[in-house]
Amino acid sequence: MRSFPQGIHPKPHKEQTRYTAIQRLEFAPYFVLLLNQQIGKPSLPLVQEGEEVRRGQLIAQANGDFSSPLHAPVTGRVLKRGLNLDMNGSMQDSLVIQPFPASGQSPQLEAPCDPFALSSLELIEKIKTIGMVGLGGAAFPTHLKLKSSLDKKAHTLVINGCECEPFLTADHRIMLEQPAKLLRGIRIILHILGAKQAVLALEENKLDALRAIEPHLLPHDQISLVPLKTKYPQGAEKILIQALFQQEVPSGGLPADLGIMVANVTTMYEVGQLLPLGQGIIERVVSVSGDGVQKPGNYLIPMGTPLEFILETLGLCTKSPQVIFGGPMMGKSVVCLQTPTTKGVTGILVFRGESRPKPQAPLPCINCGECLQVCPLRLNPCEMARQAANNQLEPLLKRFHLFDCFECGSCAWVCPSKIPLTQLFKAAKKQIRQKKLHPLKSA
Amino acid sequence: MRNYLQVLVEPAPHLRRALDTKQIMGGVFFALLPIWGLSIFKYGLVSLFMGLVCMAVCCGLEYWILALKKQSPSRWLNDYSALITGLLLALTLPPSLPFWMAALGAAVSVTLGKHAFGGLGHNPFNPAIVGRVFLQASFTAPMTSWVPPWQKNRFFELLASNLTLPLMRPNLDALSGATPLGQYKFAGVATDWWSLLLDQTPGSLGEVSPLLILLLGLALAWKRYLDWRIPLAMLAGSLIFSGVVEALGWGSNPLVFLCSGGLMLGAWFMATDMVSSPVTPLGVWLYGGLIALLIVVIRTWGGLPEGVAFAILIGNAVTPLLHLVTQPRVYGTPKNKALG
Repeated sequence: MRSFPQGIHPKPHKEQTRYTAIQRLEFAPYFVLLLNQQIGKPSLPLVQEGEEVRRGQLIAQANGDFSSPLHAPVTGRVLKRGLNLDMNGSMQDSLVIQPFPASGQSPQLEAPCDPFALSSLELIEKIKTIGMVGLGGAAFPTHLKLKSSLDKKAHTLVINGCECEPFLTADHRIMLEQPAKLLRGIRIILHILGAKQAVLALEENKLDALRAIEPHLLPHDQISLVPLKTKYPQGAEKILIQALFQQEVPSGGLPADLGIMVANVTTMYEVGQLLPLGQGIIERVVSVSGDGVQKPGNYLIPMGTPLEFILETLGLCTKSPQVIFGGPMMGKSVVCLQTPTTKGVTGILVFRGESRPKPQAPLPCINCGECLQVCPLRLNPCEMARQAANNQLEPLLKRFHLFDCFECGSCAWVCPSKIPLTQLFKAAKKQIRQKKLHPLKSA
Repeated sequence: MRNYLQVLVEPAPHLRRALDTKQIMGGVFFALLPIWGLSIFKYGLVSLFMGLVCMAVCCGLEYWILALKKQSPSRWLNDYSALITGLLLALTLPPSLPFWMAALGAAVSVTLGKHAFGGLGHNPFNPAIVGRVFLQASFTAPMTSWVPPWQKNRFFELLASNLTLPLMRPNLDALSGATPLGQYKFAGVATDWWSLLLDQTPGSLGEVSPLLILLLGLALAWKRYLDWRIPLAMLAGSLIFSGVVEALGWGSNPLVFLCSGGLMLGAWFMATDMVSSPVTPLGVWLYGGLIALLIVVIRTWGGLPEGVAFAILIGNAVTPLLHLVTQPRVYGTPKNKALG
């Protein structure tokens, strides 16, 4: 079975949610739609305070091409437009919507279509109008990725079903429960790209999903299902490409440079489900897990649902919670519980603060070299940490390839001295960006 | 609404491997204890006191230096590193060495070998070896005089030379015995393999059954407390190089070579000192191989019968150079241009 040479094996912790079917979470008493849910420019609101909106209605349009539109998650009234806290605790422009308690909640559709009768460019425009972004966590607008992949004549579509982050099982459940819509999404993207083949990669611990998808494959489908050895961070696109094809994405480049486009399973599923209907993306499957929540599972949650409502509904069993948006390796600790979910939230992990390991002061690096053995990019994390601690930005940038690091956290996971390696690298990158030492990435 | 909740925030990754530095160092220390135990069984009170003296001096000085550096001395034994340095040093010393010399060696280990460079994690050389080499250079005669093991009254009395007053020269005339390597080098007498395995030969306190050291080393490697590639490279290298030397008619049996002197202890417990050994995948193999080559060269052609300590010291010294030339190629960078 294929894989990549380095990497780590953290405990998977998936049993809590992998067997529970996807359920719908009830509507919150109010929704907060942050306007910058995607990478790129924030969306521009089209509705006024006090206006009534319908579920699925376009309420904020894309601000230029490097942006995405937003749709109303519920039928209700726009209470106000104003600042709200995001997960980092900073204030962001947002729309607050209060649902009508008794109204029908069937979504409003834009314009249903037969995707295979349309041209690539028409379909890319459609994907933009339904507000699709990368739902694996990055929230990069899908239409932009498709455009650049089309320009570079991508010949291979890789569907990322690795879900290598511990605790998360949303992709796994979607593959198990919705193989037909997932495959429809893949066929639509293959049609857009005119690509020769699609490869759906998943890890060994999800072979049941592979068996669930197989019967839905059509004879003429150019889609192969490839199991990989379970390992972290296999779901990172550069690493996945290495595991599948033994090819390396050039430093500073994109998978498109190799003629490959990588997309996440949930994104493909939502494209397959929403695009033919012409419906905007207003809800997504989120894994809620961890020892701090009473009813863990995979839930269909509308974007903009406040975190505190989710915790209340699913039962918070601690007075000092630690909540993480995303997986435990790369996800972020949420600073305040009022923050709403967005398109990029793949998982909500709730840990009991009481059972978390006490933060210890890091010990000096003892040069054990474990970080070099696990770094999937073959970087030298311990030496980089020394350079970062001494503020040696130039060598970090030029000799140590700091900007190739995608902060997977494997080095910090393995470090016996508990040195916060990932955090040191993030801080160094931030400084380099501020000083504009790195011409390409100073945006 | 939920103001009473105390939200915890920390940077990613939110999972950490359970193994920590304290556990690794503790594991190494506890793996040394059986070796010390066998040494006490073999040499009696001498070995017990030598170990205690060295560890006491190392820990005491570590405490004092940490206090001087205004680092919290409450953590002084937390990382076991001073204990390991003291015990390792004791195990490399000959049984007849005066305790005051051992104490001086321990002091040099912790001060010059470790804290002069900045303490834990910063020493370019293995501190225990720095202490041993200091003693060998300063007190050559006491460091190369040996007593036979398994003496009848070993559990009841120390050797007269052990109790030499500080700064006094010990009387070594009464001592007899030579290490297998010394016998081979200076008298041309080969020792058979079995007497090495069964601990019948004189030597340093830690030159006990190679089999025991091997087993303990393997246990540490299995727990990932040491890098298995270094001892493997060193032992395999020693076998190969000494085999070549034997085939050319210049040396003794490679198996005897492997089991004699400090080679086993050095391979599993000294060359593997993480701080002073390389971290790059290729560098680790080169480091082990280089040390093996140096041991063979020193033992065969050098003026000393034993060369493990010097070989490891030189290996430590070239570690930064190995780092320079063995950096792996970073993912996605051109194949011919290495980082460095």
